[in-house]
Amino acid sequence: MDRFMWTNGLLEMNETLVIHQRGVRLYDGDDKAKLDVGVVLLSTHRLIWRDQKNHECCICIPLSQIIFFEEQAAGIGKSAKIVIHLHPAPANREPGPYQNSKFSYIKLSFKEHGQIEFYRRLTEEITQRRWENTPVSQPITPAGLKTGRTRAVGIVGIERKLEEKRKETDKNISEAFEDLSKLMEKAKEMVELSRSIANKIKDKQGDITEDETIRFKSYLLSMGIANPVTRETHGSGTHYHMQLAKQLGDILLAPLEERGGMMALTEVYCLVNRARGMELLSPEDMVNACKLFESLKLPLRLRVFDSGVMVVQLQSHSEEEMITSAIDNVSEKGSLTAEEFAKLLGLSVLLAKERLLLAEKMGHLCRDDSVEGLRFYPNLF
Amino acid sequence: MSFEWPWQYNFPPFFTLQPNADTRQKQLAAWCSLALSYCRHRKLYTVDVLEAQESPMFNNKKIERKLSVEAIQVVFEELRKKGNLEWMDKNKTRCLIMWRRPEEWGKLIYQWVSKNGMVNTVFTLYELSNGDDTESEEFHGLEEWMLLRALQALQADGKAEIITMDDGKGVKFF
Repeated sequence: MDRFMWTNGLLEMNETLVIHQRGVRLYDGDDKAKLDVGVVLLSTHRLIWRDQKNHECCICIPLSQIIFFEEQAAGIGKSAKIVIHLHPAPANREPGPYQNSKFSYIKLSFKEHGQIEFYRRLTEEITQRRWENTPVSQPITPAGLKTGRTRAVGIVGIERKLEEKRKETDKNISEAFEDLSKLMEKAKEMVELSRSIANKIKDKQGDITEDETIRFKSYLLSMGIANPVTRETHGSGTHYHMQLAKQLGDILLAPLEERGGMMALTEVYCLVNRARGMELLSPEDMVNACKLFESLKLPLRLRVFDSGVMVVQLQSHSEEEMITSAIDNVSEKGSLTAEEFAKLLGLSVLLAKERLLLAEKMGHLCRDDSVEGLRFYPNLF
Repeated sequence: MSFEWPWQYNFPPFFTLQPNADTRQKQLAAWCSLALSYCRHRKLYTVDVLEAQESPMFNNKKIERKLSVEAIQVVFEELRKKGNLEWMDKNKTRCLIMWRRPEEWGKLIYQWVSKNGMVNTVFTLYELSNGDDTESEEFHGLEEWMLLRALQALQADGKAEIITMDDGKGVKFF
């Protein structure tokens, strides 16, 4: 809000009015500004706001101050808004209603609608940048003000510098966190960068010394992104899958133990991809990697049930144990459905059913398929 | 005398065809013996599959379970393989059920004949199944087609000869 400056509300020589909209309230960041509802005018050069009743009260920002802007949809009891992110106020700016503000953005709240058209015209103006072609006659600034900043020395100077620094960090933080998509974009760049460095290391395997390689790798680590195993870094085919299998082996042990030694492949897929973040795995690669568990002597196994359901299970997780537990539970209760069994064991229904079917296949259980559903009984035949 | 149901009759999985081969075999064996002893108890010779499904034989109202038509046909097919059943139509909706196979009946009749010293005597079929002399015998009241099959089995063994008489069929035992 501190970017606004007072104006007489008249357009300059080369300036033309683009659109105006009544019933707009200004927000200083997330707080309501201490101004009433007014008219907002968009010109080729400026964004102007004028109080609806008191026409003396008129403020503006040059469009060149706008970094970017976005829409905020209306909600229950909330008008639609346009959020406008602004560059920090120039040191020599003219006086405005706010001396300073902790926000680097303002919001226009459209009480009487019109935000769609306004947003469209604003987009046009920002892309065309017409203010650059026909600069308005520069207001005469007193020379003293321009150099005011450098002249300040002593404690005031230090204070001002600290304040500037604070504003800078403030801006960086809000830029990074306010807009998640921006953050994602940046993260992607980082991954891209780390990958390109990794590739360079690989290409120059012979040319650079061991020390340099280590140094490069430590750079990668310091960026906070360990080089994820990707097709690019490990080539295609079996080698890639082998590395992937090893990685899966590392990260799946703990969750598997937590879940009683068995997880459906879909569950594993979700878990792994959530952990990987950007470098998502394809289901096919995942299955191929899981198939290599056995040949790599990892403590995990991919198991395909007769129904086609695939699970990853711990090697120590023996079939006999599973069957015995199924028989014990069924004998104890007299009969069980897959749902009841799943509840008893804290497993997914799918896996519980597979266990019951397995026990049935071994001839330890038998089924009762009635309108009430599929129940399993101890095999008394 | 009331029919004594086997223990399986009150076991719900008994009414679902078991997918496990071993289990199914045992289950079918139990059904076969149940079906035969039930028909014998009720003296049933022909069975309609749909009717049978609603009869107590395949429908246990107490535990609200009944065998599906497909499963009944599997059971009957099993009986057919053992020689206890014959389908009466192609669609397998009706069948002749023989709780004793023809040879077994033939053996029973021949035992009775030789016990009473009536070898080389001629009987009419009616005499054998409905005569006063056979009243206490198991084959008393046997349906004619069944009796005829039993005698044909004996004839094949050379123990009897079926003779066609004016008003029906007769048999001579050797």
